Amino acid sequence: MSSKNLSANRLVQRIEEARKSRRKLFCAFLTLGFPSVPATEKLIEGFAARGVDVIELGFPFSDPMADGPTIQFSSEAALRRGVRLQDAFRIVRNLRKKGVQIPIVLFSYLNPVYHAGIERLPRQLKEAGFDGLIIPDCPPEEDPKLWQACERAGIAPVFFVAPTTRPERARKIFARSRGFLYYVSVRGVTGARHGLPHDLKKNLRSLIRTSRKPVLVGFGVSTPDQVRQISRFGAGVIVGSALVNQIRRSSGGLAPVFRLVESLVRPLRK
Amino acid sequence: MTLPDRSGHFGIFGGRYVPETLVRALEELVRSYQRLRRDRRFRSELKQLLETYAGRPTPLYEAENLTRHFGRARIFLKREDLCHTGAHKINNTLGQGLLAKRLGKTRIIAETGAGQHGVATATAARVFGLECVIYMGEEDIRRQALNVYKMKLLGATVVPVHSGSRTLKDATNEAIRDWVTHVETTHYLLGSVVGPHPYPMMVRDFQSVIGKETFRQFKPASRSRSLPGYLVACVGGGSNAIGFFYPFLKKRGVKLFGVEAAGKGLASGRHSASLTRGSVGILHGMKSYLLQNREGQVELAHSISAGLDYPSVGPEHAFLKESGRVRYVTVTDREALWGFRLLTETEGIMPALEPAHALGFLKHLMPKTRTRESVVVCISGRGDKDIDVVKKFIR
Repeated sequence: MSSKNLSANRLVQRIEEARKSRRKLFCAFLTLGFPSVPATEKLIEGFAARGVDVIELGFPFSDPMADGPTIQFSSEAALRRGVRLQDAFRIVRNLRKKGVQIPIVLFSYLNPVYHAGIERLPRQLKEAGFDGLIIPDCPPEEDPKLWQACERAGIAPVFFVAPTTRPERARKIFARSRGFLYYVSVRGVTGARHGLPHDLKKNLRSLIRTSRKPVLVGFGVSTPDQVRQISRFGAGVIVGSALVNQIRRSSGGLAPVFRLVESLVRPLRK
Repeated sequence: MTLPDRSGHFGIFGGRYVPETLVRALEELVRSYQRLRRDRRFRSELKQLLETYAGRPTPLYEAENLTRHFGRARIFLKREDLCHTGAHKINNTLGQGLLAKRLGKTRIIAETGAGQHGVATATAARVFGLECVIYMGEEDIRRQALNVYKMKLLGATVVPVHSGSRTLKDATNEAIRDWVTHVETTHYLLGSVVGPHPYPMMVRDFQSVIGKETFRQFKPASRSRSLPGYLVACVGGGSNAIGFFYPFLKKRGVKLFGVEAAGKGLASGRHSASLTRGSVGILHGMKSYLLQNREGQVELAHSISAGLDYPSVGPEHAFLKESGRVRYVTVTDREALWGFRLLTETEGIMPALEPAHALGFLKHLMPKTRTRESVVVCISGRGDKDIDVVKKFIR
């Protein structure tokens, strides 16, 4: 890819800064429109002020096959409220107008993206102020046109590597990934879990040796202790279901969610 | 050129749109399947099972009373309803069950809507001594209590799915989630020609025994030297139709009709006609036609027949629609009931409500045929499972 298109990309810049200052990255997942679209906007603003480095904004899909019960619940609730892709563009535009500079990556299944137009959507994302795109059901070899359009528009594609990915395939995925690489810590779907898989450290170490791009660990990360352990060998963490669960429990109140995010970011900032 | 291509595409359709965790398992499945389909022992073992256990070959029956009813082309029925467990589904579950055993898997999982594929999978699990878990929407469990009971008797664990619309598409999501979690020990025994590569190809190959037999049987059964003029089959996911059509695809003189469920009518919005009324999209690991709204959210399918109640369709059907080789038409709930009744009354054969759609289409097709021509209808399953539904409509 021409690095030209991405030199002004907030995600790429944030990762470069983190590398230089040896800072670990914290990426937070939120479901757009859960509990409501204005609440999502406030949550992003609050997360940015509390040391979160990257926002992964999930656009809900009716059939989220890589997600566990928590994200399924939030997706269904958001869809019942009639959330649309336009809402994602609108709140990110608002945030950028207010000067919120946190990198924001859109997370969505392929069908809504395909429907929005694989040539058109990356441009729209860029115009709205997004920095990257993650699609859990689209490996890099499918729909190359989408990924080419992302590169032209200056949107960083983020790909996954799983414990089942063969090393030679992982190297190819590394080469195509921009920004960071998303390492799926478990064989399974998203959702809070106790402990960490015993082979995580070994797998991650051998993966990190193959590339200089930062590897963020997601799926099942939900406690400060897990964050601390992962930060010893990974470039950072992605937390989703734990936050969405807290949003669900605090029924509209944002303060407990902010407290949780603070407690999760803290182990990275010592 | 034979399809799919190496990457699992039928033109723009098909592919492998899955979470990264599953990519390796699918690659391994492609390799193992390519090896086993040529393996003599695997083939003879499967052939033996299909003959001595499933009851193949199934007859090709000339329905003379039904023929007289229309007074046009001769009508033949491919009797998949006579297969063990009552439908064509067993052709695929025996094939994939044997494959799972050869791959050293100890556990098979499957999705089911009406429960036919669930029963056929639980049956195959007994044959091969595999642990079996069936995912089924809460709503379908309620509607198909008898099949749920059968699966349990067969030793399967039936897991109710509470997410989404609580039907087949959600059961499929849940089966995929299970597979992502237990991919090393488990084979996902998908029930139709849908899902990521190699499933649409593999299930087609296992089901093409239907078409191969028809091809062989037709000339002796009709005492003629030509092939049939028309083949008619119902299409939900499309496994019986592909299996039936596949050996005839290159015979341009044979007209192929796939019948989708128009439910309460195409205009009502309550139907399962993904090819006729859907648009291109991605669901369950494949690119195909899909019932969806303007935002790309999947919409609910409806049909009186639970087996056709699926918002998408196999990618090869999508390809055959675009290429024009197969014509896809629709039949409403009401017309399907008419078809059910017609076959029951003329021939003493109660079809399942899925092939009742293929029979419902005869009303439109037969007047255009000539007495010297022949029509073969695939009766993909028997109607016992649907009697409660039929009872509500036919007194």
